[in-house]
Amino acid sequence: MNPLETILGTVIAGVVLAIVLAYVASLIAGV
Amino acid sequence: MEFAIAIRLLHIVAGVMWIGLLYYFNFVQVPGLAQANSEAASGGPGPAAISKYVAPRALFWFRWAALVTWLSGAAYLEASPYGLAGAFSLGMAGDAPSAATTYVGFGAWLGTIMLVNVWGLIWPNQKKVLGIKPATDAEKATARRIAFLASRTNTVLSIPMLMFMQAGSHGLPFFG
Repeated sequence: MNPLETILGTVIAGVVLAIVLAYVASLIAGV
Repeated sequence: MEFAIAIRLLHIVAGVMWIGLLYYFNFVQVPGLAQANSEAASGGPGPAAISKYVAPRALFWFRWAALVTWLSGAAYLEASPYGLAGAFSLGMAGDAPSAATTYVGFGAWLGTIMLVNVWGLIWPNQKKVLGIKPATDAEKATARRIAFLASRTNTVLSIPMLMFMQAGSHGLPFFG
């Protein structure tokens, strides 16, 4: 099921993406 | 720095309007239209008033606020120690590379993708949905689906975008 079909799925997808990107950014920034 | 501080305020005000209207579309208008459509056959007022009076105004301020947000953000970045090139290279170029530059760069990229979604996908397809641009019923259905998915995608991207925009000053959750 596409998480974008529901508001809850959309918000969860956004939070998961934020955590993943925070990890990637911290690696690039070397912190 | 006076210019930078003024342009940053414009960036924040326009950004609140942009993302506020994005959340209005996703959290209020889309479910509201769905309910209006489902109840139209049983005596409900239907979605016509929303489509005619509310949606065009919301889209007007939405798309222009998006453009002003990006332009003021770019001007602010260039006037700030981050630099436009420094930010968009995620801190790997420019005069003052730092973790904060990397973070604001992630925010700048996410905001840029969102701006392209607004002007490249959401607005052109909404013009068909709202009848501003002529389209058949089949074309309208396709346009509605594309605009919906692009809008939902921007809602997803808005969460890490807002996280990164303030991370330079306030840090990232869990990492850095």
